[in-house]
Amino acid sequence: MTTTRKTTYREAVREALRDALSRDERVFLMGEDIGRYGGCYAVSLGLLEEFGPERIRDTPLSESAFVGAGIGAALVGMRPVVEIMTVNFSLLALDQIVNNAATMPHMSGGQFSIPLVIRMTTGAGRQLAAQHSHSLEGWYAHIPGLRVVAPATVADARGMLWTALCDPDPVLIFEHASLYNTAATLAEQLAPVDIDHAAVRRAGTDVTVITYGGTLAKSLEAAEEVAAAGVDAEVIDLRALRPLDDATIMDSVRRTHRAVVVDEGWRSGSLAAEISARITEQAFYDLDAPVERVCTVETPIPYAQHLERAALPQQSDIVAAVRRVVAGGG
Amino acid sequence: MSSTETQPEDTPIDHRTDLLRQMLRIRRFEERCAELYSASKIRGFLHLYVGEEAVAVGVTHALSEDDALVSTYRDHGHALARGVPMDAVMAEMYGKATGCSRGRGGSMHLFDVRRRFYGGNAIVAGGLPLSVGLALGDVMSGRRRVSACFFGDGAVAEGEFHECLNLAALWQLPVLFCCENNLYAMGTALNQAQAVTDLALRASSYGLTSWPVDGMDVIAVAEAAQRAVEGVRAGAGPCFLELRTYRFRAHSMYDPDRYRDKEEIERWKQRDPIDGLAADLRAHGELTDDELSGIEEGIKKELDQAVAMAETAPVEPVEDLTRFVYAERPR
Repeated sequence: MTTTRKTTYREAVREALRDALSRDERVFLMGEDIGRYGGCYAVSLGLLEEFGPERIRDTPLSESAFVGAGIGAALVGMRPVVEIMTVNFSLLALDQIVNNAATMPHMSGGQFSIPLVIRMTTGAGRQLAAQHSHSLEGWYAHIPGLRVVAPATVADARGMLWTALCDPDPVLIFEHASLYNTAATLAEQLAPVDIDHAAVRRAGTDVTVITYGGTLAKSLEAAEEVAAAGVDAEVIDLRALRPLDDATIMDSVRRTHRAVVVDEGWRSGSLAAEISARITEQAFYDLDAPVERVCTVETPIPYAQHLERAALPQQSDIVAAVRRVVAGGG
Repeated sequence: MSSTETQPEDTPIDHRTDLLRQMLRIRRFEERCAELYSASKIRGFLHLYVGEEAVAVGVTHALSEDDALVSTYRDHGHALARGVPMDAVMAEMYGKATGCSRGRGGSMHLFDVRRRFYGGNAIVAGGLPLSVGLALGDVMSGRRRVSACFFGDGAVAEGEFHECLNLAALWQLPVLFCCENNLYAMGTALNQAQAVTDLALRASSYGLTSWPVDGMDVIAVAEAAQRAVEGVRAGAGPCFLELRTYRFRAHSMYDPDRYRDKEEIERWKQRDPIDGLAADLRAHGELTDDELSGIEEGIKKELDQAVAMAETAPVEPVEDLTRFVYAERPR
């Protein structure tokens, strides 16, 4: 019989880390304030006491050095899990991620693999203003050589890490900071989780809402809202941002003939743009209406609550977009 | 550095003729590359190591096969000294499938996993974090290996340099930082770019053992590197060598070299590491003209063969363009 328990997203990530540290002695954590402080989002709280300072390594504030050190350690057989406080800070390590981790396997003609996992938070919603709130995962999803995932559910937060660690390529895990306190019931016996496929989180027939990460919950709520008005929306959680699971997207769009892409990144040059383009390329003749996008307003994220709220995709924006595509076309 | 402290059977002086041969081998390789570049056989950027041979040869002499090496975009000398086969390096220059990076790296990105050669890195200071990680992985796995990292004086101005020296010293990692100070970051002189030009002094501010070395004297480099490697391997923490050297040629084949005084270049050429060692060996009766000719002949033969092989080697099929972007695995 399967037993279940209530778990928060934060606890799920911590359990995933603990599990990985227990299963494989090559796994170690490295990042700013992950040890004594317990992690800036308290994800790694208690792990220092449990696994010791050799494997739970507090680093100086030097993103480039410790991300690069993670690459180097992965090159000699370790399985580093590097934590960067937020995606904004990852820009200080962009050289290592883009110029080394993403290039070395190919540039060396396949002589090296880099089984490195980099976790970082992303996204807005906590009034942290423009240097702690951006959603830049789309940038990373642009880069060949990287795998990019965004666990939006507690189950994925629990399961994706181990799969990522078993992957021979560098995997970036983006955790939307608004998710840490969300909770769900997990089975005690966990099945392996893939990091290749999108998931249909709500089946529907009238329109496909494609999203990931922090906007999944809003999209699901929007779907429930329009359901009351008789519109049956399918909601796809991308899960993997690179490579994208075109098949799941197209299969859905070919059935619903309408698509709305919800993305907390800015519209210009975004993941939403990429998905929209792919739908146009692969399912144009199945569409009954132009693809809609719901993205963040093109401004640095402001501090004031009402301004931040206005900048971000909200449930009402998603509902409005869904209504437009359903009203449009034939 | 004093040479009296090293073990007689271990002293680099026993291998002086071999050190000369290795330096000559790099010099002749670079000269041939310049010719092949002019003949359009080699394209892209080409940064020649002429003048700096004593650094690569001296440092690699002190490393064991198990140790790792991280390099820069001026990496031919490092690769050859490390033992990457010349034909594989030349084939890479040609962009061939038999190249040491299967034609995907070129001159600036030579790799050889078997020789623990972690590549030419064309981002200044970009290799330092890698070397810190290689060393960290070794320490955590209980291996007593050294990770050596080459970089130029330009790297000392980069943030990654400071982050990495601090981290390596903080965690007492077995990294040998080898700064090839050739006085110019591309076209900008050291004293035009750095407020404090004593680079060994700056490294020491992070708590590393560091000292300057005459990078035009291969014996001095080999001895310094040997002493440094011994300390690093023994767990004394990272070490920084400032290898004072000079490139006799321009930064790259595109560089008209307008920023250097011709007299300065000539002055440094008087200190050619190859001429210097050859003269010394002759003076001590350790090298005859015949022996030198023999060395030159052997190198020429190896070079001719490397070029001939590169000329006829197959190219990577275009269908394989996207191979190795991700690791190949059973699906």
